[in-house]
Amino acid sequence: MPAYMFLLFDEESWHDDVTEESWQQAMVEHAAFSAAVAAAGATILGGEALERSSTATVVRRGDGTVAPVVTDGPFIETKEALGGFYIVEARDLDHALTLAAACPAGTVEVRPVLDTSGESPA
Amino acid sequence: MRLTREIDLAEECAQDAFVQALTSWVDRVPEVPAAWLTTVAKRRAFDAIRRSATLKRRLPDLLVDDDEHPEASDPLRLIFTCCHPAIAVPSQVALTLRLVVGLTTTEVASSLLISESTAAARITRAKRKIAAASIPFSMPEPAQLRDRLDAVLTVIQLLFTTGHTGRGAALWRRERTARALSLGRVLADLLPDESEVLGLLAAMVLAEARGEARVDADGEMVLLAEQDRDLWNVAVARVGLDLAAKALDLGVVRKSGIGRFAIQAAIAGLHTTASSADATDWRQIATMYDALLDRWPSPVVALNRAAARSLAPGADLAAVLRDDLSPLRADPHLADYSYLPATAADVLRRLGRLPEAAAEYERALALTQSDAERRFLQRRLREISAPPAP
Repeated sequence: MPAYMFLLFDEESWHDDVTEESWQQAMVEHAAFSAAVAAAGATILGGEALERSSTATVVRRGDGTVAPVVTDGPFIETKEALGGFYIVEARDLDHALTLAAACPAGTVEVRPVLDTSGESPA
Repeated sequence: MRLTREIDLAEECAQDAFVQALTSWVDRVPEVPAAWLTTVAKRRAFDAIRRSATLKRRLPDLLVDDDEHPEASDPLRLIFTCCHPAIAVPSQVALTLRLVVGLTTTEVASSLLISESTAAARITRAKRKIAAASIPFSMPEPAQLRDRLDAVLTVIQLLFTTGHTGRGAALWRRERTARALSLGRVLADLLPDESEVLGLLAAMVLAEARGEARVDADGEMVLLAEQDRDLWNVAVARVGLDLAAKALDLGVVRKSGIGRFAIQAAIAGLHTTASSADATDWRQIATMYDALLDRWPSPVVALNRAAARSLAPGADLAAVLRDDLSPLRADPHLADYSYLPATAADVLRRLGRLPEAAAEYERALALTQSDAERRFLQRRLREISAPPAP
């Protein structure tokens, strides 16, 4: 079965206003998402919440002639930043898209995972 | 007998219904244009069993015998798959023309007014997306059906258009217009309350109704203004007018108002209910093209509006040339479109500016793909080049 990465994008102001209640609410929403995935006959293969983008460090490898450059970043232009991900195994794209619509995030990018199992492509 | 003279009660009703629906639309303040996509509207629950029974009933008409490519035996599933929202819209259209209709890449390019390499790239991109993302080969769920519709309607219309005015020897490729009509009817069965679906079908049916008059006994193209309207199929026109009326009635109550296909049905209806070319309400038609351009800002629509404006009695032809046609010359989409110079040629001819008209007819001749149209343009060129009779 094909697998898809769900990249979850949200406004990061959420981190500034987090309370015990808002955190619990998020947990409830993600638990509901899990249940929806299982009920739909799909499987969550993995997933994590991420610390906010200001905690990130960027390593640029370049062409290999100089050492990789390490900096603060990334400095995102958009309001929404990557806040977490899931890897979901689903029947097909439509199946995955129905689940993405139930995923608790402002925007979800649904990216097919490259099949490296060695079987010939469909 | 002419359409309006020998008319019986049923036909009169069809005409009345159409005129009423049209008036009801025209009297309202035009809606602010939104996207072409239909809006979410309340609709009755869709019976999946009924849907599959409809498909099974219709499939025998649509089946293509091809054991090696089973997906080709279900054009409707294929068309919705090709028009999946995960695929960029221009690629949806190109892929559907290629896979569902079976046009060559060259034919796809010419019907979309794009280069062959662009057409090939769009088709490849779409196929890769379907494979890589595992887009399923299936009809959308009822909740998604309407949103998936606009691209499908675009493609069916393109199919009809390429059959209505074919490349090469045959002006009217009936197996292609028949296929478009068939697809249109299946959609209308599935979505009988959808204004745009009925609008497209109405426009196609009305064009078919007028079909016999388009070509004369010698196989030469006959302009709408010169057609023998006795050859128009009254029964088919009645069906088309009914559909157009329904499309308009459904369209006026939509949140987004009348859509582009319902407007095209209205324009087709106005032509078809005119008892003669002179009785055609060109001013009304030009106003409808304003509305159409509003919802569908395409240079081809702008060109059609210019043509309608030029045909209105007392039209200021110089203004049409200057304000409507000249700006379109700069549009790259129309660079290879024969109808632009053909329209300019006609306007210049009627203005008496014959050398310029001749140059435009030459341009149109260089661009046209249709033999019948080529012969027509050559006739016009001869007419304006001939020395005046003594």
